Amino acid sequence: MRIALSRATARFALLLLASLAVLVLAVATAVGIGEMRIPLRTVALAVTNQFGWTSADISRIQASVIWDLRLSRALVAALCGAGLAMCGAILQSLLRNALAEPYVLGISAGASTGAVAVIILGVGAGAVSLSMGAFAGALAAFVFVAVLSGGGRGGADRTILSGVAAAQLFNALTAYVVTTSGNAQQARDVMFWLLGSFGGVRWPEFQLLAVVLVFGLAVCVWHARALDAFTFGDDAAASLGIAVERVRVILFAVTAVITATIVSMVGSIGFVGLVVPHAVRFLIGPGHMRLLPACMMVGAVFMVLADIVSRSVMAQQTLPIGIVTALVGVPCFSLILYRARPAA
Amino acid sequence: MSIRAENLVWRVGRKTIVDNVSLRVEQGSVLGLLGPNGSGKSSLLRLLSGLRRPASGRVTLDDADIAHMGRRHLARRVALVQQHAATDVNVTVEEVVRLGRTPHRGPLAAWTPADTLAVETALQQVDMVEFRGERWQSLSGGERQRVHIARALAQQPHELFLDEPTNHLDIQHQLELMRLIARLGLTSIVALHDLNHAAMFCDRLLVLDRGRVVADGTPAEVLTPELLSGVFRVECDFHRPDEQTLHILFRK
Repeated sequence: MRIALSRATARFALLLLASLAVLVLAVATAVGIGEMRIPLRTVALAVTNQFGWTSADISRIQASVIWDLRLSRALVAALCGAGLAMCGAILQSLLRNALAEPYVLGISAGASTGAVAVIILGVGAGAVSLSMGAFAGALAAFVFVAVLSGGGRGGADRTILSGVAAAQLFNALTAYVVTTSGNAQQARDVMFWLLGSFGGVRWPEFQLLAVVLVFGLAVCVWHARALDAFTFGDDAAASLGIAVERVRVILFAVTAVITATIVSMVGSIGFVGLVVPHAVRFLIGPGHMRLLPACMMVGAVFMVLADIVSRSVMAQQTLPIGIVTALVGVPCFSLILYRARPAA
Repeated sequence: MSIRAENLVWRVGRKTIVDNVSLRVEQGSVLGLLGPNGSGKSSLLRLLSGLRRPASGRVTLDDADIAHMGRRHLARRVALVQQHAATDVNVTVEEVVRLGRTPHRGPLAAWTPADTLAVETALQQVDMVEFRGERWQSLSGGERQRVHIARALAQQPHELFLDEPTNHLDIQHQLELMRLIARLGLTSIVALHDLNHAAMFCDRLLVLDRGRVVADGTPAEVLTPELLSGVFRVECDFHRPDEQTLHILFRK
């Protein structure tokens, strides 16, 4: 048993180290590409200059592009991937459903309604930003689901059905607003935002997201053993001493806040939260103490790579990131569906 | 007195599932819970293990009301083996048994030698040591049942509740399991369908019918032709080779 356990630990450590190395390289690459191509060496020196460790000679424009525009964008992408992957892993375990993902509680639909309310209906009269509107909409959808599912008391199926109802309702509201009062340009803006974009994110977004994620990870790791206990369902968890309803409400709320924060900044980027947890579980097993940090690392790598692809497929143009993650995600999703067939 | 229930009532909608049930189990003895399908055995076990709150009545462990105990505290005393506990998660036998240590460990506490000892002992008790690395999905129904029992034993409970634990087991493992339960010396409540097992291995029996207690006593007192025809609607003959032994033979 000792050998088996230490092998699992070694796999976990190896995965973390490997994904950390790939992440650093991917972030550096992401910073380097764009209209102004910057070599990796310059990127590294610009960062060490910024911390005052070196004083290499780099043009002010290059330094500013690296530090002010691209590095913040790449790091926000990494945090978004990390957050979505972790939320997906938690919701899959809590709902005992392989197809659960961060938006299963209607959060992206709520965010889109909040966003169109601000962009098209002009709610808040300019004092409210698109992000704030989306965040409020996302939380409104979450509250709707929480009330409809009796605070998660009705069990996993009822929660999922409530999420489906919320998504239908808020998507219908969004579509109604867009078709009745939106002009073509506004509708296009909303569509573009919904598909996800890291354009326009800077250090303030990074700081906010980092705080939310550190707090969220702490809460979730604290409950990692409780999540393991849900393996055989709610009653089994309760008979192992888990306060099922409390844990459920806390974790739903934490994942909702993380997801809502991410959606309000960069739109709803699909498939990362669905696919990454399955891939990581396949690699290191289902124990949440390892699964959650590993999902964050792999999710971060996945998202930064997707961002690189989205910016380099077409010259002079950025593909919405949601399209890239979906194009990679759908084949993976199909594979999961295929594997999840009941044994003949 | 280890566990006592007083006037338990539990309803789903308007239907009364458990109707004014009282029972008491002495420290270290085995109570067999008998009754036809739908007589409320599983629901009673859920009430006794604190998974459901009774509409009225109360359950006490050594005179402490379980309604006032924390979940984790309760899980260190009471373990339950449910009837249908399945999962899609790709866990190993050992990982499942390790779940039994959950109530004994803090959220971030390291794995201790005491945890290892409890898991190893539990695996040995159900004869599943060589299966420790097997995947859950690859186990037979009987093997899964034994893993669930090992998980419950890893909780190191004082009281052990089992809901039809011999379901899915072959006759060898049925008898071994019943012997194990009798040998453990835990205060146990076992829902059973096999009347001969009940006669052989239980110290006392409680018979439920439509949520009500219809008989309560030693196997010799409870298992009478009148009760079996009244509750289970079967005719049978009793074979008593000696004072200690009772075999129930069903007529065609």
